[in-house]
Amino acid sequence: MSLAGLRQGKPEHAGHGEAGEQPHEVAADIHFAAPFSKENAGMDESVPGGAYNFAYLDEETKRMIRRAILKGIAIPGYQVPFASREMPMPYGWGTGGVQVSAACLTPDDSFKVIDQGADDTTNAVSIRKFFERTAGVETTERTAEATVIQTRHRIPETPLTEGQILVYQVPIPEPLRFLEPRETETRRMHALEDYGLMHVKLYEDIARHGEIATAYAYPVKVEGRYVMDPSPIPKFDNPKMEMAAIQLFGAGREQRIYAIPPYTRVVSLDFEDHPFVAGKAPHDCALCGASDTYLDEIITDDAGSRMYVCSDTDHCATRQEAAA
Amino acid sequence: MTPLLSVQGIRKTYGFRIGCTDVGFDLYPGEVMGIVGESGSGKSTLLSCLAGHLTPDQGSVVFDTRAEGPRDTVTMSEPERRMLGRTDWAFVHQNPRDGLRMSVSAGGNVGERLMAVGARHYGQIRETATDWLGRVEITEDRIDDRPRAFSGGMQQRLQIARNLVSGPRLVFMDEPTGGLDVSVQARLLDLLRGLVREMGLSALIVTHDLAVVRLLAHRLMVMKSGRVVETGLTDQVLDDPQHPYTQLLVSSVLQV
Repeated sequence: MSLAGLRQGKPEHAGHGEAGEQPHEVAADIHFAAPFSKENAGMDESVPGGAYNFAYLDEETKRMIRRAILKGIAIPGYQVPFASREMPMPYGWGTGGVQVSAACLTPDDSFKVIDQGADDTTNAVSIRKFFERTAGVETTERTAEATVIQTRHRIPETPLTEGQILVYQVPIPEPLRFLEPRETETRRMHALEDYGLMHVKLYEDIARHGEIATAYAYPVKVEGRYVMDPSPIPKFDNPKMEMAAIQLFGAGREQRIYAIPPYTRVVSLDFEDHPFVAGKAPHDCALCGASDTYLDEIITDDAGSRMYVCSDTDHCATRQEAAA
Repeated sequence: MTPLLSVQGIRKTYGFRIGCTDVGFDLYPGEVMGIVGESGSGKSTLLSCLAGHLTPDQGSVVFDTRAEGPRDTVTMSEPERRMLGRTDWAFVHQNPRDGLRMSVSAGGNVGERLMAVGARHYGQIRETATDWLGRVEITEDRIDDRPRAFSGGMQQRLQIARNLVSGPRLVFMDEPTGGLDVSVQARLLDLLRGLVREMGLSALIVTHDLAVVRLLAHRLMVMKSGRVVETGLTDQVLDDPQHPYTQLLVSSVLQV
């Protein structure tokens, strides 16, 4: 919406006369027009992001989120409640991840966003632009060059290193939610390490499908204590969670932050006679030929032909460049 | 001989109202005790206090644990009490919906306690579940059905199997036959009596059905207005009631 549009709309709402309008209009510029207007935001060259504080959130909020993050890192896998803010995007689009990223970013960071492994989907592009504008940080599509990576539903194929932060967008942080609907009860179950129910779910899978059919959001036990929902990443990515980078999980609507510190033991739950298998489609990537990556199935016409390509676009592109 | 459960001076009030007060008894291994009384006499409150679902205001509930001998479950930490709740104790609710997971298959329901104490072998869990379903007369081909698809009597039997699978030593039953028709009740009682004998269980049975206690209970405790008014051997209390309320209770049963 343009600044002019807001200006025109203002008198109707406020119902003020001509004489009193001038001061209100100034206020409207700051409070209403600023977050949406292209003319305003990012135009003040002295401050990155124009009228915004660095990385959109105010310093107090970032402090609060950092405190929650620190607590989460201190207790791996534990869901720390935090006062999630409303973000200028709908719930389900990564409001939790965005807040965690905002709290982590420094002006020197290099930021990457992936959505289902891809850098070029709507969610990834809009979040990347959001931080380009509000924090003025450098953005990249290269996994190896990024210091903060916000992700939705994937872990990059390129192994992450120390000094990198992987921020997950989490829709439902509670792994026991669909088994036990009461929040009071699930919290008590976590406190008392009463996790029999989680295996009941896996039991049901095997009873019904002959194998553990859970393919994403596969529950893990972190450092032998908390059972955690790894966000809806495919179970192919579960073994990668024992990594050198810091992993932070933000759930905006559910107001929870949790974390896995570097080199933490992350075990996928299973049965002795039905061990965990990190599954993927039995194909090679049609573009780069990789056989060890997670693949997207792409329907190419109405006749049912399909191709399998890497879901991690950066990894695939890097391999193609190297081959060329 | 150490009593399995030794209860002393239990009192639970709801504001000014008394739930139950001054209740005390000993329950020895292999003994089945019935608690009878009219609605609102504090039977269920007492049972909840004993099973750790409610915290009594006063009194002690000393349970003879396997590992550490007699322990007061009221002052015990919650993890320990929960552990008891899924190993040595069993609780059979009146309404099977309260005691079962309705969205989980029969096999999963029976296996939950096993998995909660660390069973991680699918084949063995399933085998045990099949065995227990057989013991409560549910055929093997129903193992993957949800409890929703079961009749009331089957649900109640499933609940019993789910509770007894961990080999508990003490079973709390809150009106186990309530809401079932008489022929199903009779079969359920038969089953319960068999299981109690076979496994040497101790049990506390809360009911207002005197026929149930006559069949199952060795000893009887009659409650009225939150207090115990009469205790004794089942036959003695039922055939020669002393307290006016017990006399009323016994004479109220319709003789067919």
